[in-house]
Amino acid sequence: MSLIEGKTGNWEVVIGLEVHAQVVSQSKLFSGAATGFGAEPNTQVSPVDAAFPGMLPVINRFCVEQAVKTGIGIEGKVNPISVFDRKNYFYADLPAGYQISQFTRPIVSGGSIALDLPEGRSRTIGVTRLHLEQDAGKSLHDQHPNLTYVDLNRAGTALMEIVSEPELRSAEEAGAYLRKLRMILRYLGTCDGNMEEGSLRCDANVSVRKPGAPLGTRCEIKNVNSIRFAMLAIDYEARRQIEMIEEGGIVKQETRLFDSARGVTRPMRSKEQAHDYRYFPDPDLLPLVLDPAEIERLRAAMPELPDRKKERFIQDYKLTSYDAGVLVSERLTADFFERVAKGRDARAAANWVTGELFGLLNRAGKGIEQSPVSADAIGALLDLIADNTVSGRTAKDVFAEMFETGKDAAAIVEAKGLRQVTDSGAIEAAVDRVIAEQPEKVAEFRAGKDKLLGYFVGQVMKATGGKANPGTLNELLKKKLSG
Amino acid sequence: MSELCDLTIAQARDGLRTRRFSARELTAAHVKAMEAARGLNAFITETPERALADAARADVRIAAGDARALEGIPLAIKDLFCTEGVPTTAASHILDGFKPPYESTVTAKLWAQGAGMLGKANLDEFAMGSSNMTSYYGAVRSPWRRRGDDRPLVPGGSSGGSAAAVAARIAMAALGTDTGGSIRQPASFTGLVGMKPTYGRCSRWGIVAFASSLDQAGSLTRTVRDSAIMLRAMSGHDPKDSTSATLPVPDYEAALTGNIRGLRFGVPKEYRVEGMPAEIEKLWQTGIEWLRAAGAEPVDINLKLTKYALPTYYIIAPAEASSNLARYDGVRFGLRVEGKSIEEMYEATRAVGFGDEVKRRILVGTYVLSAGYYDAYYLKAQRVRALIAADFKRAFEKVDVILTPTAPSAAFAIGEKMDDPLAMYLNDVFTVPISLAGLPGISVPAGLSAEGLPLGLQVIGRAFDEETVLRAAESLERAANFTARPPALT
Repeated sequence: MSLIEGKTGNWEVVIGLEVHAQVVSQSKLFSGAATGFGAEPNTQVSPVDAAFPGMLPVINRFCVEQAVKTGIGIEGKVNPISVFDRKNYFYADLPAGYQISQFTRPIVSGGSIALDLPEGRSRTIGVTRLHLEQDAGKSLHDQHPNLTYVDLNRAGTALMEIVSEPELRSAEEAGAYLRKLRMILRYLGTCDGNMEEGSLRCDANVSVRKPGAPLGTRCEIKNVNSIRFAMLAIDYEARRQIEMIEEGGIVKQETRLFDSARGVTRPMRSKEQAHDYRYFPDPDLLPLVLDPAEIERLRAAMPELPDRKKERFIQDYKLTSYDAGVLVSERLTADFFERVAKGRDARAAANWVTGELFGLLNRAGKGIEQSPVSADAIGALLDLIADNTVSGRTAKDVFAEMFETGKDAAAIVEAKGLRQVTDSGAIEAAVDRVIAEQPEKVAEFRAGKDKLLGYFVGQVMKATGGKANPGTLNELLKKKLSG
Repeated sequence: MSELCDLTIAQARDGLRTRRFSARELTAAHVKAMEAARGLNAFITETPERALADAARADVRIAAGDARALEGIPLAIKDLFCTEGVPTTAASHILDGFKPPYESTVTAKLWAQGAGMLGKANLDEFAMGSSNMTSYYGAVRSPWRRRGDDRPLVPGGSSGGSAAAVAARIAMAALGTDTGGSIRQPASFTGLVGMKPTYGRCSRWGIVAFASSLDQAGSLTRTVRDSAIMLRAMSGHDPKDSTSATLPVPDYEAALTGNIRGLRFGVPKEYRVEGMPAEIEKLWQTGIEWLRAAGAEPVDINLKLTKYALPTYYIIAPAEASSNLARYDGVRFGLRVEGKSIEEMYEATRAVGFGDEVKRRILVGTYVLSAGYYDAYYLKAQRVRALIAADFKRAFEKVDVILTPTAPSAAFAIGEKMDDPLAMYLNDVFTVPISLAGLPGISVPAGLSAEGLPLGLQVIGRAFDEETVLRAAESLERAANFTARPPALT
């Protein structure tokens, strides 16, 4: 258990996270308007989104499917009946004066997320619920000295609110939770997980207590928009609360904002939090009824999720836990790896993908989806190594050129004459020539200066233009030198 | 007044098809009547050019032998229906200048059947009222008068302009909406047939919402047959309204067989309320005799929870209204009164934009949904509502329809009952239970009060069984032979 040391002893931090994940969908939760990011303000707004008189919401079944898939992905219980409620409050970017959400009967109850912690540790965190709701629009306060502009493009976009149990015990665990949740969402294609664009946002409930003591008073930190900021905010907030209690103060239950520029949390104005939301079932919508057969169809069509995939990679491909973890972090990477590994040496495939490919991609600032070298092309290169056409050493140069030019491995090997010499006669001739040319060095070696072997290897390699099969070369060289 | 204005839709349909008159002549006569009767204040927006253009197109269809169900029929549309490009006010200051960029489903269906629009009819603000006195655009005067008394009377509400227009022979029929009695009560007050279909029968899309779980479109007509014609044109599933029913729409006119032999009709004793005038009780008894004489069988039934309907309604309807009306904030459309902050702007806009009755209901609704009160009011009201619906369901195991009075009184004068909102709410005592249960109900003019004012009887049916309701209503209509006309027209 990770504890924070205070003046009066150790403290335990208790954290629960509420994540708002924007559902990947072409249109909004209750209207046909588009959802793309970055459009001109107020160009993706239907009269429903702008809450014009007489407009009615109609549920987008695709968004419901996305929530069901996510529910299954976090091992929650998908409820056959759930209800949409109105959450009433006034704000300029909330056109109807209420947000359609799910309050008493969410679409998914329960669930769990397994955290991958450093040194191979793991913890499972309970998920309380997942519900569907509408996003609000955006108020733009910086466009005019005394007016606020409103952009309703985002208004009505589908969100999944995913609420964890207060089972996280450190900023590190909170970070691991967010990473894992994001990974699952991206695997399922139900949320793109892009925190910069706001498609994944997080509220953190933080309290502190002495180990074993009852729960302390919590503060909610609103709208944190990166995993790193979430971790910094939690750390700051926990220390603030500990300090306050240790100095004889009491923690006030309140909503706070994280100021990422200064690295501190500060209270929101009390006006911003004094809401009585007057929830009641939305009379414009019938209860959301899911056909069990439909849920089963979605369950059967679920992709393999990261935890399962990682296990399989370790089992079937004999990968290390670390390599398997790296490869499954993105579904695309895992798929890429499997394509390279198919019918080949899987560990070699893993090494090439996590080593050479990631190295060059990182340097180029590219993701795997932008890789100039396809999985099949890497596979073909691996085949050339396996059948001794090129050495591993040469292959790295070939790969660099593949990455640079997009040409395939065989073409580069042919064009540059990099084919490895495995003909032992040719290598033997080169060995003989080197031995004949360097009588003094041979004498030294034979007198016991073993480390000269490397020198001879280099000479023979040089003589063969680097193409000699290293195994054959070593064998012949040793035999001749000692003979 | 032109005789063309006295025709029913069914009669006009025949006249148009046999070329006795053209749609343009028919509409022009109604446009003239509308101009002549401006003193009623039945319309908020008149659209005579539009009506005449609609009629011209109708004549082309008729000439081509391609006439549809409502071809060439000029209608008044309650100004709660959004009409594309035509101001839609809900009779509220807060919708100043609002022209919807869309057409409500129900009006679109009427236009698709060839009907024309005379204008947008006056109503109680946001359909909240039973007198049409709460309209920002002023009270509507009923064309009726008490015998020997020239004081102007209310047409009832909230569809007061719609009722006045049809009663005064300005429009052949009108669209209304009924949340707790807003079609049936004005129909009773003005001697018309007023039909509230089953909740879900007509789409709510494009109707300015008052109480979403209760609002339903319906019609005011001069005959039951016209009501059947209108209902068929208005009804049907709408994918844009999740609460609209996915049921086929019957040919309601075909249901008017004139035969109610063997029909069992319920008479609930709980509708004999304290203080109800004897003449209404007597009319009810007469109605029972009429149906019996036509071969139907009266059955005494209990609707024990009737007395809880009004308080239940006045929790649920304001609760939904308080949320539905939150969108009128001055930000995107309608009236805006500037303020130094967004809160000030909201407060000023809503203070100026809403009338007293609307504010009263927003306050009540906000209160009953508030933390600490929700369970005691809103949740309890929802439970009672479910019990009231169950009460009706049990009754309908024994009977096919239920017969009651429509309202506990005849029309009252403008200015009467105005100082006590609760007395006003009592007008809905016979209509509200049906709304809470989502059932179809129709008011049929059945007689005159001692003062010479129309009184209606209400026929209530099973959910989505408008056919039986209309058949029984037609039988009542035939027996009542209501021929009285507003004095101004005779």
